[in-house]
Amino acid sequence: MAERTREDVLDDLDRVDRIDGAGSSGPDQPGEPDGSVGGPTPRPGRTRPPRPAGSGPVRWTLRLVAIGYVVVLVLLPLAVMLVRVFGDGLGAFVASVTAPEAVTSIILSVEVAVQSVVINTVFGLAAALLITRYRFWGRSALNALIDVPVSVSPVIAGLALILVYGQNGWFGGALAAVGVQVIYNAPGIVLATSFVTLPLVVRELVPVLEEIGLEQDQAGRALGANAWQRLWRLTLPSVRWALAYGVVLSLARALGEYGAVRVVAGNILGYTQTMPLLAAQRYTDLDENGAFAISFVMVAIAVLSIVVVAILRPKEES
Amino acid sequence: MAATTTTPVRPTRARAGRRPLPPGVLPLGAGSGLGLGLVTLYLSILVLLPLIAVVITSTEGGVAGFVDTLTNPAVSSAIVLTVLSALAATAVNVVAGTLVAWVLVRDRFVGRRLLSLVIDIPFALPTIVAGLVLIALYGIDSPIGITLAQTRAAIFVALLFVTLPFVVRAVQPVLEELDPDVEQAGASLGAGRLAIFVRLVLPNLVPAIAAGAALSFARSLGEYGSVTLISGSLPRRTEVASARMLSQIENDNLTGASVVAVVLLVIALIVIVGLNLVQRRAARRG
Repeated sequence: MAERTREDVLDDLDRVDRIDGAGSSGPDQPGEPDGSVGGPTPRPGRTRPPRPAGSGPVRWTLRLVAIGYVVVLVLLPLAVMLVRVFGDGLGAFVASVTAPEAVTSIILSVEVAVQSVVINTVFGLAAALLITRYRFWGRSALNALIDVPVSVSPVIAGLALILVYGQNGWFGGALAAVGVQVIYNAPGIVLATSFVTLPLVVRELVPVLEEIGLEQDQAGRALGANAWQRLWRLTLPSVRWALAYGVVLSLARALGEYGAVRVVAGNILGYTQTMPLLAAQRYTDLDENGAFAISFVMVAIAVLSIVVVAILRPKEES
Repeated sequence: MAATTTTPVRPTRARAGRRPLPPGVLPLGAGSGLGLGLVTLYLSILVLLPLIAVVITSTEGGVAGFVDTLTNPAVSSAIVLTVLSALAATAVNVVAGTLVAWVLVRDRFVGRRLLSLVIDIPFALPTIVAGLVLIALYGIDSPIGITLAQTRAAIFVALLFVTLPFVVRAVQPVLEELDPDVEQAGASLGAGRLAIFVRLVLPNLVPAIAAGAALSFARSLGEYGSVTLISGSLPRRTEVASARMLSQIENDNLTGASVVAVVLLVIALIVIVGLNLVQRRAARRG
């Protein structure tokens, strides 16, 4: 059986891939809200018959209060802003969004977001695999450390990075000696953005990896697949929606990070000014509608990412 | 055929209140060991070393420096304002978030999926945009005549906006898993609707509510982007701790900013650990 060709192995791997959910463990314990962080966890959909929340007046009251709260808190201000964005006409909006400083800020934001999301996706996949599949000393410390950015103010994140990588920081001298400027420069923005979006991919992957377990992987190993083949043909296909979900969440968050970036970027016009920084700048310069216009671009990205995620989520069921 | 030797699947003990461990775990090999090294290196460069630097820098002025910073009126009022606002917002979230989750899971009506989508908006919306959105409605030229700009109420509303999803999304999955038979049994035994909720449903939700509250409080404590523009960040009046730190950083007072940062981190830690205890105790009882 040593003569198995590569194709044989890959064929078998495809078959293993189809044995889906073989490793799914028991139902979640209700006492464990999975400590997930930074985002709603995609749930495998379940179709249970609707259960009425009580009868008549109570149900209607609860429903109206819930809807009213969300509408007044979120939708109403959002709608008012959209009205004001286009209050001066479409021309004013287009002029505001295509102004040179707006274009450079959009480009910078996209560049930074892509870089930090790529870094965090690779890191997130590695960290999630380590946490779910291996047992080693310091595993729970690693697990806890990944969540730290969620509980830390973005301003503290920026401050922390300045203290290490700034001109007078721990590594500032060494970095300056090799001609690298991190703070008040693009690398600093990438670092700050990566800090803030660090947990998002990991937290999406860990529950899914726990659910699929190791059976697939062990079957693949038994069939003679090496680690890379198992990763590409077994693990990644199983977690692809969770991974996509984490990437979309990270992108949305990365494009819009303000606090941490504000601290490390120094807000140099047309150089380190990202979209959120430009929005704030325009508002302080009393160009309220200009601020709303660039905000609209970010709202569009945010809503788009929510819709993409909503489309991705049901696919998890099949 | 060495390839067929699979790692023996170790029996795993599912500890109380913990997700059951995956059916098998592996010892670290050469590849995974290298991976662990790189992951640890990345985490150290990005998170661990910088946060250690904050703690060390905060001690540079000694005890006197610490006390000096914290007794500065602008600093102390910023910290007090931040903690009180975060507590208030979290308290509202515990009630409103549980209610919204309840309606999303147990009620069926047209637009329920839309409501669910809207709840995710604060997650996806950049914080500065959240602030500007609130300015559009509650700013100086408010179309509904409610101006909250440069008030503490604005901070409260902004915190409610950005933390809306935390409790909802923590409670929702637990509520979905809850067996309605128990409630029906309660009802058939003559328990009132309120009694059923308080005695049968709520105890199961407490861990999830506590988890959501912890996230909501931690987020509120450090919130900056959504709060800064609408509150005007007036020192001693509407300036939150994050805004105070930023102004210290801009005045090159990195030690002072680190002191405030450490105080915020300690407060967040205390609340998170406290709510974690609530979670565990409730899980054990359930």
